[in-house]
Amino acid sequence: MKFAVLQFPGSNCDQDCLRAINTIEGASAEYVWHKENSLTGFDVVVVPGGFSYGDYLRCGAIARFSPIMRSVGSFAAGGGLVIGICNGFQILCEAGLLPGALVRNRGLHFICEHVHARVEQHNSPFTNAAWTGAVLRLPIAHGEGCYFADDAVLHQLQLEGRVLLRYCDERGRTTETANPNGSRDSIAGICNDERNVFGLMPHPERACDPLLGSIDGRLIFQSLLEWPASPLRKAA
Amino acid sequence: MKAIVTVMPKPSVLDPQGAATADAMKHLGLESVGRVRVGKSIEIELRSTTEEEKLHEIARDLLSNPVIEDYRLELVP
Repeated sequence: MKFAVLQFPGSNCDQDCLRAINTIEGASAEYVWHKENSLTGFDVVVVPGGFSYGDYLRCGAIARFSPIMRSVGSFAAGGGLVIGICNGFQILCEAGLLPGALVRNRGLHFICEHVHARVEQHNSPFTNAAWTGAVLRLPIAHGEGCYFADDAVLHQLQLEGRVLLRYCDERGRTTETANPNGSRDSIAGICNDERNVFGLMPHPERACDPLLGSIDGRLIFQSLLEWPASPLRKAA
Repeated sequence: MKAIVTVMPKPSVLDPQGAATADAMKHLGLESVGRVRVGKSIEIELRSTTEEEKLHEIARDLLSNPVIEDYRLELVP
């Protein structure tokens, strides 16, 4: 399975993503510069974390107009799998590929720590190697990770099973204190209605090596590899 | 000629920056302070004002995010 890892000026998790993906059997990753306009030959697009365009104006606001984002739009419309991590999630929201927006953390501080996130739905290309209710330990590193959407959108996300990850404590309970940034409904990751575009604030690519304290992030990449043969896919 | 675009967080969006600023004002003795909201103002120099429609498009799509913000466009001679 071929992964494209996009690079914008200011991306800084692109190398982590490439390395994490290339250690997984059956996966290979290549960089794609933001000025390119083709994604031909790729199965998955990764929009990595960082501070694209210095986070000027709003996080992801300028990156969404990069030439490659037009291709990401048609890639997604054609059913291609897209995963946006941290700044990548912000870019996908700005581009309108995912609903809502990421705003300043409730406590104003940049937060860099390991958190717990509960898999809310394993019925997706991004979570099928886990199980609903699984608690993952993943790092976050963001100043603008507070997920915001209006009540109607939140209701729809919940109804359609599109919230894939929620912040929780180590026992899987979603509490106020386990919500690090004030995200509405403790949302850490959502997908689009076609379930082929996923955005999340935690960094799975930084949790793929025992040396880094957790390998739970591998489940996300492993899910992508297992999706083509997954019985869940056939059921969908 | 100038266009001034003011971008403000929507009333329904949590503005922790505004809340922190309000606290600081209270601390500095401004007793009557109520809710404070922090936005931004963008000044654009123009050679003509004939592109107002384009400016609105840019204010809506680039300078603000309609999910969380409202904008106001003002043309100044």
